Amino acid sequence: MGEITQAPSAGAPAIPRPRVHRSPPTPWLKPGVFAGALAPLAYLLVQGARGRLGANPIAEALNNLGLVALIFLIASLACTPLKTLFGWGWPIRLRRMLGLFAFFYAALHLTTYSGLDQGLDFRAIWRDVTKRPFIFVGAAAFLLMVPLALTSTAASVKRLGNVAWKRLHRLVYLSAALGVIHFFLRVKKDVRGPAIYGIVLGVLLLVRALAFLRKKMILRRMHAGAPVASPAE
Amino acid sequence: MDSTGKPIRVSEITPEGTYLRRREFLKNSLLVAATGTGVGASLLWLMKGGRMGGAAGGSAVGIPAAVPVSSPEGPAGDGSVADVWSDIRKSPLSVTEAQTPPDSVSGYNNFYEFGLDKSDPARNAGTLRPRPWTVVIEGECHNPMTVDIDRILRWVPLEERVYRMRCVEAWSMVIPWVGFSLAELLKRVEPKISAKYVAFTTLLDPQQMPGQQRSVLDWPYVEGLRLDEALHPLAILAVGLYGKPLPNQNGAPLRLVVPWKYGFKGIKSIVKIRLTEEKPQTTWNEAASNEYGFYANVNPAVDHPRWSQATERRIGDIRRRPTLPFNGYADQVAHLYSGMDLAANF
Repeated sequence: MGEITQAPSAGAPAIPRPRVHRSPPTPWLKPGVFAGALAPLAYLLVQGARGRLGANPIAEALNNLGLVALIFLIASLACTPLKTLFGWGWPIRLRRMLGLFAFFYAALHLTTYSGLDQGLDFRAIWRDVTKRPFIFVGAAAFLLMVPLALTSTAASVKRLGNVAWKRLHRLVYLSAALGVIHFFLRVKKDVRGPAIYGIVLGVLLLVRALAFLRKKMILRRMHAGAPVASPAE
Repeated sequence: MDSTGKPIRVSEITPEGTYLRRREFLKNSLLVAATGTGVGASLLWLMKGGRMGGAAGGSAVGIPAAVPVSSPEGPAGDGSVADVWSDIRKSPLSVTEAQTPPDSVSGYNNFYEFGLDKSDPARNAGTLRPRPWTVVIEGECHNPMTVDIDRILRWVPLEERVYRMRCVEAWSMVIPWVGFSLAELLKRVEPKISAKYVAFTTLLDPQQMPGQQRSVLDWPYVEGLRLDEALHPLAILAVGLYGKPLPNQNGAPLRLVVPWKYGFKGIKSIVKIRLTEEKPQTTWNEAASNEYGFYANVNPAVDHPRWSQATERRIGDIRRRPTLPFNGYADQVAHLYSGMDLAANF
C-alpha cells in the first residue's frame, strides 16, 4: 500500500502524535447520519423511476414520506431523554439535523399530497383540511413545524434568547402528538403501527416529565438547605 | 524500498502529519459509510413496517405462474371442466375502457385474510387451497344444496365481464372478470317468498388464511346484498380474470363482483351463500358502521368520513378522475334505490 510502512524509528525522541482534528471526536457522526437520512428519499425516487413502487406509487410514496417524517420527529425528541437516561451527549449534536429532516420529509409528504395526490386542486384540498379531522390534524402538525424550522439556526437562538427559543420549540411536542394522531386516523383497522409510534413518543415524554420533576424536587431541597446527593449527571 | 528496488528519496516521504491525517480520513470515511448504511437501512426497514426478511416491496407480484390453473383433474368424460375456460363468451355488459394490467390487479389487493398491506395477499395467498371446494347454498329457499365448485362451472356458461372496480379507498381499476350471473345460481335453489337478503361468507380457516389468526376483523368475512340487488344482471360470481382461473389473492375460487358498489362488497373465497329474511350483519359495517354502510353504493356525493369520494385515482394514472354515481352504472341500477335517501343509506 503506502510507501512508508514504518512508524518513526524507535531511536528518535518520542514525538507526541499531532492531535489533528480532535476537536469533534466524532467527525463522522453527522455526515453519516445525514447520508443515511437521505436513504428513504433515494429509495422512493429510484424505485419510483423504475416503476417498482407497486400499483399505486403515489399512495406508496405519500405514506412512506409521512412515516419517515414522523420517525425523524420522534428521533429528534429522543435526544434529550437519551442524555437523561444514559448520559450520552452525542445524540444532542444530531438534534437539529434530525428535526430539520423531519421538516424536510413532512414538506415532501405535503407536496406529494397536494401536488401528486390532489393535482393542486386547492378547492379540494381546502375542503379536505376543513372537513376532515384526519387531514386537519396532519396540516396542523406540519404548520407547527414551520416556525421551528425557520428558527433552527444558532443565530435564531441568540436573537430570540435562550428562554424564548426553548419555549417556542416546545411546539414540537404538540406537532409530534398530532403526527401520531394523524397516523391513527389514517389506518382502517390495524392500529399496531400508530400504537407503536404513540407508545415510543409517550415513553420519551414520560422520561422528560420525570426528569423535570426530579430537577424540581432537587431544587426545592436545595432551597430548603437539605444536603443533596449530587445528581449523577 | 519500492518494488523497483530504488531507495526512496526523502522528498518522496509523506510528512507524518499528512500520513496520520490520511489514516484518520480513511477511518472517518469508513465510519461515515457505516453510520450512513446503518441509519439508512434502519429507516428502510421501518418503512417496510418493520417486516423481517423476505423481499418486501416491489418484488415480482404478477399473477404467479403456478396459479391454480385448476383445470381440475375431473374424471375424464364427465363433462370436462377444462373446456369451460376455452369457451368464454363476451358480454354486452362489459365496458370498453383500458384494462388495468394483470400485475396490478393481482398485486394490489385488500384481502385481510392474507395480511393488511396491499402487497401481502400476493405474497401470502399461496397457502389457500382452492380445490377441492364446496359451496353451501341454504336458508330461505326450496332447494338448498352443497355443491362442488367444478359442478357449478358445468352448470353455467362462463362470460367475460369487463367492469370498473371502485375501492372505497378512492382508487379504481378496470378488470376483465370471468364469471356468471349470480341470479343463475340463486334460481337453482328456488328462493322462497320470505327471502329478502343474501348473505355470503368467506372460508374460515386460519391455517389456509393466516391473517385470520389475528382478530383484525370479526372472522369469517361476511357480506350481503338485498335479493333484488343480487338478482340484478350486473351482479356476478367471478371464478377468473384475464381468461384464467382467479389467482388466490383475488379471491379464488369464487368471489362476488357487484360493480356499482365499493370493492369491499366483493367478498372473496366464498364457502356459503345464505338467503335470509333479515338484513345480514356484514363485516365492515360491523367494524365501523359510520364509515362502511350496508349498501356501499359508489356515490361521489357521500364522502367517507376521512376522505372525499368525489374523485378517484385509476390505478396507473397520475391524475384523479371524477367518480361517477353508482360507478357509472346508474342507468342500469339507480331504479333499485328509487325513493331511498342515499346519504342515509350509504
